[in-house]
Amino acid sequence: MTITTAPAGVSLRGVGRAFGDHVVLRDIDLEIAPGEVTALLGASGCGKSTLLRMIGGLDLATSGSVRVDGHDVTGIDPRCAVVFQEPRLLPWRTLAGNVALGLPRDLPRNRRDAESRQWLAEVELHGFAGHRPRQVSGGMAQRTALARALARRPGVLLLDEPFAALDALTRLRMQDLVEDVQRRSGTTVVLVTHDVDEALKLADRVVLLGGAPTGVSVVLDVPGDRPRDHHQPELAALRSELLAGLGVPRRTPLERETHAR
Amino acid sequence: MTLIEATGADEETAKPVRKRAAGRNWRLAAAGLVLPVVVLVVWQVTAASGLYSSAQLPSPLSVLDALGELAGDGSLWTHIAISVQRVVAGFAAGAGAGFLLGAVVGLSARARAFVAPSIAALRAVPSLAWVPLLLLWFGIGEGPKITLVAIGSFFPVYTTVSAALAHADAHLVEVGRAYGLRGGELLGRIMLPSVAPAIFSGLRLALAQGWLFLVAAELIASSMGLGFLLTDSQNTGRTDILLMAIVLLATLGKVCDVLLGLVERRVLRFHK
Repeated sequence: MTITTAPAGVSLRGVGRAFGDHVVLRDIDLEIAPGEVTALLGASGCGKSTLLRMIGGLDLATSGSVRVDGHDVTGIDPRCAVVFQEPRLLPWRTLAGNVALGLPRDLPRNRRDAESRQWLAEVELHGFAGHRPRQVSGGMAQRTALARALARRPGVLLLDEPFAALDALTRLRMQDLVEDVQRRSGTTVVLVTHDVDEALKLADRVVLLGGAPTGVSVVLDVPGDRPRDHHQPELAALRSELLAGLGVPRRTPLERETHAR
Repeated sequence: MTLIEATGADEETAKPVRKRAAGRNWRLAAAGLVLPVVVLVVWQVTAASGLYSSAQLPSPLSVLDALGELAGDGSLWTHIAISVQRVVAGFAAGAGAGFLLGAVVGLSARARAFVAPSIAALRAVPSLAWVPLLLLWFGIGEGPKITLVAIGSFFPVYTTVSAALAHADAHLVEVGRAYGLRGGELLGRIMLPSVAPAIFSGLRLALAQGWLFLVAAELIASSMGLGFLLTDSQNTGRTDILLMAIVLLATLGKVCDVLLGLVERRVLRFHK
């Protein structure tokens, strides 16, 4: 099955978000080209999820402008689809029923089930259409959530730490799956993560968020074509730089000795 | 090959487990009958011992005779039918109103601020306090009885629905919004299904309370129904009929609850 989506660009200009007097994000400027995969990297609680939610229209900026495909985002945006950290499936619906939530509203009834099944196959879940969410593993539930997002044929796929709650092996498989799906669909992806390796593996560009209130600290282009392996030697320097930016400086053997003493 | 063997083995072990589980279910259900049987035996022994006069404590068999007597002349069915009819009508009206108002108060903080305190105050009024007023307003026909049952059914549904909707799973509601659902669709597809278990427990409470309020209504002003049977038999000294009415009320209440429980199981079969 071919995934036909028209990738959309995202443009953030001077975006800020305050909760009352508490300013969380300030002066975020970012241009994301159609079809680009961008990772928003930052420490826990820095506001990276808030930024993602503002692109999807789940939250509104208190200053600046958020535009998707050249149009201001003023509410829930039909061009975006979100995958959250938790699968958030409706437990009373089958997996196919959950995917159907993402299908276009005008799709005729008799085609909805078949379409849902096709999207499930897209995330390697053929044969599980009739299962209930509580009957499948966490990884399968999260894949269903991804299928639900894909069914929306989004111009921008928003991933809010979608692998954070998965075990290490499942996480690696999910990353490969997202990478495959992105390559076939060409959709724009914004990925929120605090995992440097994940960002280096999946993204074309890594945006490091930091400071208080949070702003863009560094924007780095990741060299090499995808799919890539985060153990590639040319990524080692980037990795150290990003980790240092997150407040985890590389420790030398000497330092380790000092700590031991 | 290993897969086939594995599933084969699975089925073989699965069957006895299921049988054992079914056996346990039956034993648990039977366990519920132990106490009633003990009570019946103690009742029979006490009644036969001559400790109490038959006007104070008729034996279970004479209660059964009373049942036969009333069933024979047909009046039993009239009493049961009119009581059931009042409960069903009152429950439908009260639970329906409780559901609607509960939904409004649960969904809108403004409506909650305006309405909730007054409803809480009304709720504090004891059920019997309504009776004189209802008689005054609606006369002695069916009106006041059905209204009283409706009042009894209203509050459990109103309380559970408003509380459940106000605290509906925020994550699921957000998913619904993120995937383009709004207003009535969001309510119907996400919010109501997610609080369905709470709604059902409210309905079951409401039904039980409906029976409670029915008896209160019929005790005071009626010429038919199981509550009337209670006062009438007290006045005529027919303790056997009085006990029979109590047993009937227990049975009907239980049957109603079981029926609603079956509907609940069917509707909630996929909920956690």
